[in-house]
Amino acid sequence: MAKKILLKNDHIPGIQSYDVYRANGGYASVEKALKSMTPETVLEEVKKSGLRGRGGAGFPTGMKWGFLAKPPGVARYLVCNADESEPGTFKDRYLMERIPHLLVEGMITSSFALGAETSYIYIRGEYYYILRILEKAIEEAYANGWLGKNILGTGFSHDVYMHIGAGAYICGEETALLESLEGKRGNPRIKPPFPAVAGLYGCPTVVNNVETIAAVVPIINDGGEAYAAIGIGKSTGTKLISASGHINKPGVYEIELGVPVEEFIYSDEYCGGMRNGKKLKAVVAGGSSVPILPADLILKTAKGEPRLMSYESLGDGGFVSGTMLGSGGFIVMDEDTSIVKNLYTFTRFYHHESCGQCSPCREGTGWMEKIMHKILDGHGTLNDIDLLWDIQSKIEGKTICPLGEAAAWPVAAAIRHFRSEFENYVKNPSSIRDVKHYFRVNNLEPALN
Amino acid sequence: MPKVTIDGQTIEAPEGTTILEAARMIGGPIVPPAMCYYSKLKTTGGYCRTCIVNVTKGSEKDPRPMPKPVPSCRQTIMDGMEVQGITSPDLLEARAGVVEFLLINHPLDCPICDQAGECDLQDLSYNHGKEKSRYEFPRRTFDMVDIGDKIKLHMNRCILCYRCVKVAEQLCPGRVHGVISRGDVSEISTYIQNAVDNEMSGNVIDVCPVGALTDKTFRFKSRVWFTKPMDAHRNCDKCCGRVALWLVGEDVFRVTGRKDKYGELEDAPDGRQGWICNECRFEKKSKSDWVIEGPRQIARQSVISQNHYEQLKQLKIDISRQKLLLEKAHN
Repeated sequence: MAKKILLKNDHIPGIQSYDVYRANGGYASVEKALKSMTPETVLEEVKKSGLRGRGGAGFPTGMKWGFLAKPPGVARYLVCNADESEPGTFKDRYLMERIPHLLVEGMITSSFALGAETSYIYIRGEYYYILRILEKAIEEAYANGWLGKNILGTGFSHDVYMHIGAGAYICGEETALLESLEGKRGNPRIKPPFPAVAGLYGCPTVVNNVETIAAVVPIINDGGEAYAAIGIGKSTGTKLISASGHINKPGVYEIELGVPVEEFIYSDEYCGGMRNGKKLKAVVAGGSSVPILPADLILKTAKGEPRLMSYESLGDGGFVSGTMLGSGGFIVMDEDTSIVKNLYTFTRFYHHESCGQCSPCREGTGWMEKIMHKILDGHGTLNDIDLLWDIQSKIEGKTICPLGEAAAWPVAAAIRHFRSEFENYVKNPSSIRDVKHYFRVNNLEPALN
Repeated sequence: MPKVTIDGQTIEAPEGTTILEAARMIGGPIVPPAMCYYSKLKTTGGYCRTCIVNVTKGSEKDPRPMPKPVPSCRQTIMDGMEVQGITSPDLLEARAGVVEFLLINHPLDCPICDQAGECDLQDLSYNHGKEKSRYEFPRRTFDMVDIGDKIKLHMNRCILCYRCVKVAEQLCPGRVHGVISRGDVSEISTYIQNAVDNEMSGNVIDVCPVGALTDKTFRFKSRVWFTKPMDAHRNCDKCCGRVALWLVGEDVFRVTGRKDKYGELEDAPDGRQGWICNECRFEKKSKSDWVIEGPRQIARQSVISQNHYEQLKQLKIDISRQKLLLEKAHN
């Protein structure tokens, strides 16, 4: 049976509303934290839990909170990153849509630990309807005394504000998000200084993913050690995985970290196997920016051990034979999928979303897309594959923010693992006649001459 | 004071100095090229990525190397830091990659560009670029725009260094100048082709490292290497009044600020910054407006210094020295 912590009460009808949520043990963590704990002990529990950032990088949350500068007389902020734009990831959406109060509760408890009197939820523009759901939840929380001045008579005051983005992928990067929240152009800042020292309005700020903040609730309720007992090794707790692609049951699954990948794809409890009984070809394990892996490497590591759904096991072998858990956007591809077409879609996305601040990403992403377009059009040469490899190596690690890497890694991995497919495309342009059709039906720009 | 070693040369510099500034204190070929960093403006740097260096030792306290190349214009030095620039072949390759990226959408219309001869991008691509581009697609194009009646914006040539945006932010009150759109189609713009109506706005021309912002009073008048630069000054109540006049015969063709060897405006001896106002730049186009101090020193490597009399003596010395060396070698 799947271990459910965040989605424990997901099946209860009406859990969206305050009354049902409260009747099922909601806001207990706020009560516990504010009445019987200090900010330091809350931080201690989070550190003990071993919770790692669920947004993609997997940085230990307790450590991140510990870095927060606390100069006297300066406001501190907690910002919730709900700008979930990674292609293949839709877990935060599910969580906010189904159990909005869980996020609000997590915001209050986390803010108490950080000493933040104000917090913001930055939600992406496309989630406009979720904005209303969350605003209703916040309103109910205010009405019942969980937000506002002097919460539960403890002297702790807290306000939560919603801010809606304008639909830019780059605003999911924490410093770009802060710029956007301040009302400026959403360009990533150059670090240092890190947000923990100078973030929103120049004040110390912690930016956390929706799922990370929601996970604070069970950690406080059941204790950090109980949470750390779930999962495997340094990957503690549960993770929401957004499974999509050619599987029988796509959707959001809460898994205990450490479930074997094979079980996740083929068991009826999760994805339910490949659609139409096709063979597995490749998996993008953590959202579009992590390296793609072919079937043999995603099921077993290079050493022959079964690969597990955990930060360490998926990262085993580095980028040569491994990948990353990332944000948990699990995209499964069957044997009929063209990796070349898939890569074109990814490069097109990153070209569109590059902010244009630093030159390698601004120019390189466009260049890669044009080369992919050319290959898809049947005009590619073998040199183009090497050129793609060279361009991605010159973007990776030379940019201000991780978008450069996010654009470079999928290209590198696709060429590393599926080079023969690219060569086949280049050598047999006639085998891709359907591509022209694909362009026409999808109303894409005409072929380059 | 923290000590930093850059390409094997050690220097002590005050706390908070960036690697690039420390390298400039040492001087010579180890100074990383910079296209977007401008020491006289705040918050510049970090965008173009040409000044990247490898930090092989973080500091005395934490000797771990930094995992990625860092922009030397933004990274401050730590005590015991060790930096590799031109001594690391990997880094030079990466830097060549950045130059290639900067050039793929640049029109390379140097033969008709007013900036040719004093263009930072030209120098950069000679020093760090490759001889041939691998880019084979149409370049992005924009229409030319007038920003006011004196400044021309030629967006095709722009490398988005953001220097002019910072000038508009920090010297000209009232925000009218910025970047619109994103990615490789982002462009420098004023809101709906507004004029930048400020007496210091002409400085965007001086800070532009390429020919994207040019002086309309000088456009297509002359190649810079046919003009003769002279240092001159006048009493101006708006600015420091110290300029370089670019003469052809007795006529003043162009007035600019005085640029140092890194392409930045020199400070006046009284400590004022070298920005000049639009009146000095665009209106005072007669020799009688100015007190001429003498010919301006131009670096020998620059094409502008060709045929300039003040260099001839130095050149003769150099040639005779080379001859001596040759003779010695033969004997």
